[in-house]
Amino acid sequence: MNATTSFTLNGKPVTVASPRDRMLVWVLRDELGLTGTKVGCEAGLCGACTVLVDFEAVLSCSTPLGDVAGKSVLTIEGLAHDGKLNPVQEAFQDHHAFQCGYCTSGMIMAAWAFLKKKPKATRTEIVEAMEGNICRCGAHVRILDAVETAGKAMGGAR
Amino acid sequence: MRRRDFLQGVAAGTLTFFFATPLGAAPIVPTRPGTYPEDFNAYLKISADGRVSCLVGKVELVDMVLGDTDLCPWDMPTGGSLTMWHTAPVLRGAAAEARAVLLRMASKALGAPVSGLTLKDGAIWVKETPARRTTFGELVKGRKMERHLGKVKPKSLSDCTLIGRRVPRKDALAKVTGAAQYAGDLRMPGTLHACVLRPPAQGQTLVTADTSAAERVPGVRIVRDGTLLAVLHAQPDTARKALALALVKGTFEGPEPDVDDVRIYQYLVDKAAPGQRVVISRGDIAAGEKRAATVVEGEYRNAYESHATLEPHTSVAKWEEGRMTVWASTQSPFVFRDAVAEALKLGQDKVRIIAQFVGGGFGGKLVGPGAIEAARIARQVPGVPIQVAWNREEDLFLDGYRPAAVVKLRSGLDAGRGAITFWDSTVAGVSQGEAELCYDMQSNRYQAPTVPGLHPLKVGAWRAPNAHTNAFARESQLDALAAKAGLDPVTLRRRLITDARLLRLLDLAVETFGWEPAPGPTGRGIGLACGAWRQGLVVALAQVTVDKRTGRVKTERFLEAVDVGLVVNPDGARQQVEGAITMCIGQALSEEIHFKGGRILDKNFDTYLLPRFSAIPRIQVVFAGTDTSVTQGIGEPPVVPVAAALANAVFDATGARVTHVPFTPERVLAALKLVPAS
Repeated sequence: MNATTSFTLNGKPVTVASPRDRMLVWVLRDELGLTGTKVGCEAGLCGACTVLVDFEAVLSCSTPLGDVAGKSVLTIEGLAHDGKLNPVQEAFQDHHAFQCGYCTSGMIMAAWAFLKKKPKATRTEIVEAMEGNICRCGAHVRILDAVETAGKAMGGAR
Repeated sequence: MRRRDFLQGVAAGTLTFFFATPLGAAPIVPTRPGTYPEDFNAYLKISADGRVSCLVGKVELVDMVLGDTDLCPWDMPTGGSLTMWHTAPVLRGAAAEARAVLLRMASKALGAPVSGLTLKDGAIWVKETPARRTTFGELVKGRKMERHLGKVKPKSLSDCTLIGRRVPRKDALAKVTGAAQYAGDLRMPGTLHACVLRPPAQGQTLVTADTSAAERVPGVRIVRDGTLLAVLHAQPDTARKALALALVKGTFEGPEPDVDDVRIYQYLVDKAAPGQRVVISRGDIAAGEKRAATVVEGEYRNAYESHATLEPHTSVAKWEEGRMTVWASTQSPFVFRDAVAEALKLGQDKVRIIAQFVGGGFGGKLVGPGAIEAARIARQVPGVPIQVAWNREEDLFLDGYRPAAVVKLRSGLDAGRGAITFWDSTVAGVSQGEAELCYDMQSNRYQAPTVPGLHPLKVGAWRAPNAHTNAFARESQLDALAAKAGLDPVTLRRRLITDARLLRLLDLAVETFGWEPAPGPTGRGIGLACGAWRQGLVVALAQVTVDKRTGRVKTERFLEAVDVGLVVNPDGARQQVEGAITMCIGQALSEEIHFKGGRILDKNFDTYLLPRFSAIPRIQVVFAGTDTSVTQGIGEPPVVPVAAALANAVFDATGARVTHVPFTPERVLAALKLVPAS
């Protein structure tokens, strides 16, 4: 049954009337119109739907709406501020770290969550952090380069 | 749209160029003779506001979306690595022609000779007095012109300011901010999401379904069109849940083939045998065999493999005022249009396809069964946008796979170890595409069957179709011949290669890699393979480590040297090569469709294994830099030799010959068991 759930979305309070066991990705895309978050597998296997909940990367295809009540949700649409890209977005843009772009939102969100905690990560640590995100076009090398660059920009120069 | 209609639709006040004659050496094989290339295939428009636009019917899988069947002239699909080959010379010619016309117009308007004018960034001015200037927009105001190509030569490459340079991608901002709109992101008011009732096995169709439980879900609508039954709801997840209720009581009919992913190879060989035909035949195989001093026999296999685009097939269709519009994730808007028209028994002019950003294609989105489904459902609910977005299970189930195949090869090397005396292939599953490379072979035979319905599963074009299967067999076999004859793989190829371009490319690859080849297995784990797709040539070098206990192959390093002629957009080309190497590491090591009868056992990425970050080696890409202006497409060539290079690297590391793609840990362990103890 529809219940109301309130949470913070990209810095602004929202309240949605939707079943609490509904997966967050559908609420974001269909109720709130934020289609930057993609659907790739609906089983937590590809990472395309990655968003941040209280700064932790979560898979929104497998996260019930009820789980984010009172929490802070950040999607790809909430990363840039006043037209200024977030360092991870900027690095993805500079490195051309995508081809079709379908995995890109999830990649950027996963990388951002990781770098917030560990900007001085090694290449091996970045690989481990990104392992849950699939890119079918094979932009992996560029994605790793972009995440490294973003880490440095965030003050993690090694 | 035909040319005449198109001309009528062009807004006044623009200068329009239509180009009838492709320049360059691109022999176009039209799929619809009479429409293309006789009709124009590129179109350049200069508007009164000075904007220069060019419309072609291709879609850009990694950049801007172009294909709208109402706005673009008819075009072939975006596939086969044809776009650059066909379009680049035409557009360069078009730009040159337009430049010449504009300079003449400016000369008249400014009262100065053409030789005294400068043209840059949409404006033309008198060199001596820059204040005397005009713009493209001012010049073309109120005119409509038609020009044909061929009279004006494009400027020389050394004068080009963009060709050969890295340029920022136009789609970057949209893709890093989530703004890029894919078909599933369309949010038309009133959209209903349709989930289609699927049979449990490929080839089966719906007989009965009890939809009463699904219909009790508030907001659900059921649409049935023949054997197509769909559950509709405003929420995609609710439609999916309601479909599960209908599925419980569905009955289906249709035969299921008695075969599975283990027995498929013998199945193909047996079914192909009575239909085998000689499709390549040169020289006397029997005589060549007598001359052979080293003979190798091999059987090479590959499994069915899915395109597995990260964006599953997705379309939105709307039936309105007697016209069907479909917003689709497509590589071929015009193929989709014709297929939708045929399925709905509509004229082609009653169907419009509008391509969206495409979340991966690889040949899988050359065809549009999902778009047809969306259109059939939309036809039943006029005015309502219908979205059909396959989920992962449907995408793996309904895909047209890379065909499984068996290549049996016998071949021999002469006593001087410099000539292939015979090369004899018998193949089931693919055709001879790119089976031959520029190697000198005294006799060569290729047999493949013409057996309709050979494959028990649906197959399709998978990025460089046929070529990767044939290259895997050929390059593995050459490696085995070299090793048996005590030659290193480079020396053997140098003796066999008849084409100067490939020889140069081989040297470039070996030098860049820093490899001193020696007869294998050397234990270093380095493998070589060559491949071609049309005129594009590739030499691949792989370095692997093999865990002999688990059978796990790890790619440490991968280099490709690529000759595709003039590289227009170096960074874009590099991305294609990096992507092809990465994708085919999955092809070589892990991707395989598991099935039993018509039932596809892989439902998601837990068993259908795509390469993840930990599988990615250090990648190097080097271009030959051939000074020819003919550009070959690059989507497919770099795919061709990847699996072969990896298999040869496994041999060099261990002495084990892996002959079955993908070489999973189990298959590597089995191959390791066959290595004689030294």
